[in-house]
Amino acid sequence: MDVVETLLPGVGRRYEFGLDDGQRLCIVSTRDDHYIVSTFDRNDPDVGLTLFELDEDEAVTMAEILGAPRIAVKLADLTREVPGLASEQVEIADGSTFDGQTLGDTQLRTRTGSSVVALVRDDRVLASPEPSQDLVGGDVLVVIGTTEGIAKARSILETQ
Amino acid sequence: MSADSLLAAATTPGIADLLLEFGVVLFVLGIAGGLIRRVGLSPVPLYLLAGLILGEGGFVGLDASTGFLRVGAELGLILLLLTLGLEFSSDEFTSVLRRHVPSGVVDFALNAPPGAIAGWFILDSWVGALVMGGVTWVSSSGIVARVVHDLGRLANRETPSVLAVLVLEDIVMAAYLPFVAVVVVGGSFAAIAIAVTASVTAVLVVILGSRHFGERIGRRLTDAEDEQVLLRVLGITLIVAGLTTLLDASAAVGAFVVGLALTGQAAERSRALLSPLRDLFAAVFFVSFGLSVDPGTLPPVLLAASVLAAVTLVTKVLTGWYAAARDGAGPRGRMRAGLVLAARGEFAVVIAGLAVTAGYEDAGPLTAAYVLILAVVSPILARFGDFFAKPFLAKPVMV
Repeated sequence: MDVVETLLPGVGRRYEFGLDDGQRLCIVSTRDDHYIVSTFDRNDPDVGLTLFELDEDEAVTMAEILGAPRIAVKLADLTREVPGLASEQVEIADGSTFDGQTLGDTQLRTRTGSSVVALVRDDRVLASPEPSQDLVGGDVLVVIGTTEGIAKARSILETQ
Repeated sequence: MSADSLLAAATTPGIADLLLEFGVVLFVLGIAGGLIRRVGLSPVPLYLLAGLILGEGGFVGLDASTGFLRVGAELGLILLLLTLGLEFSSDEFTSVLRRHVPSGVVDFALNAPPGAIAGWFILDSWVGALVMGGVTWVSSSGIVARVVHDLGRLANRETPSVLAVLVLEDIVMAAYLPFVAVVVVGGSFAAIAIAVTASVTAVLVVILGSRHFGERIGRRLTDAEDEQVLLRVLGITLIVAGLTTLLDASAAVGAFVVGLALTGQAAERSRALLSPLRDLFAAVFFVSFGLSVDPGTLPPVLLAASVLAAVTLVTKVLTGWYAAARDGAGPRGRMRAGLVLAARGEFAVVIAGLAVTAGYEDAGPLTAAYVLILAVVSPILARFGDFFAKPFLAKPVMV
């Protein structure tokens, strides 16, 4: 889908995309993590009409319902499109060094160049986890990067 | 200081007068500002009016608090520019530069000349032309952003272009302000060149540097509780502002650079902590500018200011029209963009303030009258953008 992303200086970001029925949808995400979801006026297609506003928690809930479980699938598609880019799932074993630490503590990006794009815990998927995200044994990290980078990441994450 | 002398200082009549005066001014402004906000207007013109009324030649003379107000106004200027720098990230700068440089050129080419011509004839000097050109050129980021927000236009197609014009003006101000600051005090050509080069270099270095080191410096600075973060950020800002003042480059520029240097989480945190302080001292800054203008000098410039306001209202509408068209907005969106951008406010006052302090006192009344008109008229007209765009619609719209 063709999503047009524009920066709104001082405000946040604006995303716009078309729906199959011809309407267009616009989502403004503000810096304080509010989301304004609007469609456009039929008479003046430049005027956004607010449908609803979400705060951070509400947006997370909605995102989980709508699509986070599909992220892993999307990633597989993405890595197929970009040559040299791979994605793998790495499990944090019980009793691993990082069991109880944060994602930032692993320093994966600095040490291996690969990124953790999602964290799967039980049957929940957390997209784009923050460095402050805590890790517990049994978590599965979706790592994206070069094959060597991912191998390195795996050896770091699997240290006991 | 011992407890006794502290007590003595606190009970001296001077202090009591200061507290009373300042308290009454703040309280009245708080009440009146509430009413003004209810009808969707910016409090900036209110602050200016208050200053005019309270100042020399006004209806009520302030005397006990003038010294305090002068320091407060300087802090207000610094905080205004600091928070402005905090507003924008280097990503936003680069994205705006990629898309909207022509809008910025149109903005300058249309809006600076009317002011420059007025300055040349009314203030009778090329410094006057330089100052008034800046006054009519730059929209008020504060007022415009507020109106866009209040009218629920964040999702509109024309809004990115409106914000882009504001960002471009703010970038250029980083070079223009030190230039004016040096020119108004009558520096030599070499001094002007050095001051401008130094401040432009500083801004560029900071914008580029903050992409790489900003995060780390910011984390060091804001790795504490609110109270300490507030003191650290404010302390650094005042130090830099003091240094730039020593270099004749205006404290405003130093503060702006500090704001730019802080990015991400650090910027967000500082913004939240500093904005109450900014609101207080910015009010003092505007009142203090009003104080520096003798209301008796307003009537003679009122006609000139009105004509200038009318002309530059039209030129700003054209600017907004052009910028919004680049983002694919229709006639109504373009008109809305132009009318909302027409508000002049804090920057006009900052620029004129530099000139007035340096002895070009005539810039004061003209700018005050001009800003009073456009800061009120533009937000009102901005509501009726669709009405003004009617003549430009190709065909009647069927409902």
